[in-house]
Amino acid sequence: MTIALVLAALLAVLAVAFVARPFLREPAPVSDRLDELSEPERRRLELAEERDRALEALKELEFDHRTGKVSDDDYRLLVGPLRRRAAETLRALEPRAEARHERITSSH
Amino acid sequence: MAALGRAALLLSFGLIAYALVAGSFAAWKRRRRLALSAQNALIAAFGTTVVAALVLWTALWRHDFSFVYVADHTSRTLPLGYRLSAFWSGQEGSLLLWLVVLTGYSALAVWLNRRTRDLVVWVVPMLAGISTFFVFMLCFISSPFTTAAAPADGAGMNVSLQNPYMLAHPPLLYLGYVGLSIPFAFAMGALLSRRTDERWIVVTRRWTLAAWTFLGVGQLVGSHWAYVEIGWGGYYAWDPVENAALMPWLAATAFLHSVMIQEKRGMLKVWNMVLVALAFNLSIFGTFLTRSGVINSIHSFAQSSIGSWFLGFIVICVVFSVGLIYLRLPLLRTKTKLESLVSREATFLYNNLLLVALCLTILWGVMFPVLTQAVRGETRSVSKPYYNFFLHSFGLPLLLLMGIGPLVAWRRASLRALGKTFLIPAIASVVTGGTLIALGYGSSIPGLLAYTFGAFVAASIALEFVRGTRARHSLSGGSWLGALVELVGRNRRRYGGYIVHASILMLAIGIAGSSAYQTVRERGLHQGQSMEVAGYTLTYERLQTRQEANAVATRAVVDVSRGGSHVTTLYPGKNDYPVEQQVSNEVSIYHDPRNLGDLFTIADQIDKNGTLFLKVLNKPLVNLVWGAGFLFVFGALVAMWPDAVEQRKLAERYAPGAAAA
Repeated sequence: MTIALVLAALLAVLAVAFVARPFLREPAPVSDRLDELSEPERRRLELAEERDRALEALKELEFDHRTGKVSDDDYRLLVGPLRRRAAETLRALEPRAEARHERITSSH
Repeated sequence: MAALGRAALLLSFGLIAYALVAGSFAAWKRRRRLALSAQNALIAAFGTTVVAALVLWTALWRHDFSFVYVADHTSRTLPLGYRLSAFWSGQEGSLLLWLVVLTGYSALAVWLNRRTRDLVVWVVPMLAGISTFFVFMLCFISSPFTTAAAPADGAGMNVSLQNPYMLAHPPLLYLGYVGLSIPFAFAMGALLSRRTDERWIVVTRRWTLAAWTFLGVGQLVGSHWAYVEIGWGGYYAWDPVENAALMPWLAATAFLHSVMIQEKRGMLKVWNMVLVALAFNLSIFGTFLTRSGVINSIHSFAQSSIGSWFLGFIVICVVFSVGLIYLRLPLLRTKTKLESLVSREATFLYNNLLLVALCLTILWGVMFPVLTQAVRGETRSVSKPYYNFFLHSFGLPLLLLMGIGPLVAWRRASLRALGKTFLIPAIASVVTGGTLIALGYGSSIPGLLAYTFGAFVAASIALEFVRGTRARHSLSGGSWLGALVELVGRNRRRYGGYIVHASILMLAIGIAGSSAYQTVRERGLHQGQSMEVAGYTLTYERLQTRQEANAVATRAVVDVSRGGSHVTTLYPGKNDYPVEQQVSNEVSIYHDPRNLGDLFTIADQIDKNGTLFLKVLNKPLVNLVWGAGFLFVFGALVAMWPDAVEQRKLAERYAPGAAAA
């Protein structure tokens, strides 16, 4: 019984120390605020997912076309919008590159 | 020892309650250190729960009958393996197993995703909320650490549970049931933190697949246990407890498919939330069915009065998940629409509707006795024909869809392309159906349809591998085997999925063969007499008795021959357990390599004068059911095996600051 209680007390001390660890490690932090995605960050993430979806869809379409699952007509019909969507999201994710591209285009 | 167990559980209760309260407050007020502290509390709760589990296991190992649980479920003569598996043969131990697995999963999931703090911050209180229920039950309602004056010997274990499959079946099922808590917690956490991007799906993809695999394998192991232990010649009887595991598995299957549409097309966000909540709530409901005693089942080994607690918890979970999904509906709306009713995503949608319909009809069947009791005051239950009708109505189209889906392209498919891809599978199915009818196997329409559709699915899967390998070979050259390996390696989820489909096909062929085309004969035999079954001659030679560790085993020696040649000797009989005061049927099986079936013998009755009432079943193709399990696990492993390229891409997408770069 005594051993059991000692072991239980030891377990309790260890558990409490582990739970209190964040406060013991940083008693006076510069900021205690949890990071949160800002609205532009959320929008960026949405675009990144959209970009990956479009690129993945293009990859699948190519493969399905190659394996005969997608006919030539269907391929021509589907590939254009997918490429446009991928390009749009890529452009939206890289505004600087886009701005640079526009500058170059306008200077010529 | 019991004091240490109780103390460890109380500590778990304190830690989990802290994780719930502090975690919720931290997430609400955006307190970083408090959130980390709550996270640590959840991880620490796993440690303290493991200590409690070790205490119980030690008591079982040491025959410590001062533990009421040990005295109620074991005896001195019970072999060590079963003594240790007694951990989950009673209610209190089962609840403790739930908590060990749940806190273990929680600790691992939270630790692995500790960097995704804005998502995990709500996952911690969600997981703590689920754990709170179980730890509360263990501390205050149904403790495995209750003690009393130790009797000289224990009451022993229910003899049906004294089977090697019981060492694995309950833990596997629990790994599945509890595993569904993780995608649920992340889904609800995503809604609470208003992060309705795909992060929660990416994080829980493998968790869901693992839980689903455990649940599937657990059911198959359970079916095999029923097959060899219960002694009625079947492996699935639509028993409520069996259905309890099937329902969440069906819901999770629907989720695994529909979540792909969200990943690929950004659609079905609400539907996926509904499915993940349905799968989780059904897993709790399954535990409620097993533990509450509300419904009669041969598998309910630990009935008690904890049902009302479970019912209350289920109501809270359902109201919470439905309410939260409703509140976040505006965030879950998507602009993408289904482009065509003839597309891969449309076939996934049909598959989802059929899976959910099958799941809900089973739920209705399970609840029917309770509802009739509540409404009409008399208990009426639905039986095998009800379930079989819906299995045929929804299951056969599902089987066919499994073959159609891979042949249809994403977004839209023209009739011309479909004609081209459907040609070979359609020919395969027509030829199979025609051949079966010509051979005289057209007596069972569901069986015939299952095989015809099965041929379509088999051809469709084979074609996918052939066409894919050919395409990969033309791109990268090298050997054909190399092209196949590269194909699967680059598309693990897709081809792992196809392997799983092949296993389901094997399962369907095995079920159809062993049920639609089985032969059953029963006869009373004196020593020296024979009976004929499906071309076999079974001769009852003599009885033999031997003493086993904790039972007296009586066996009938039955010679099996075919065409005058000896095939094997079978030993069906009974075991008499003196401590438990129970008798069990011990079946004896010959695995026939010619038809992948079993010759299954049951000694229904052995009279004192030595007369044997022998029941014999010839079950063609039944071994495909068990073989399917291995293929299922292999396919699931291929699908969930980490893909370095994908991991890099996702790490880049979700890296802190990447979005703002």
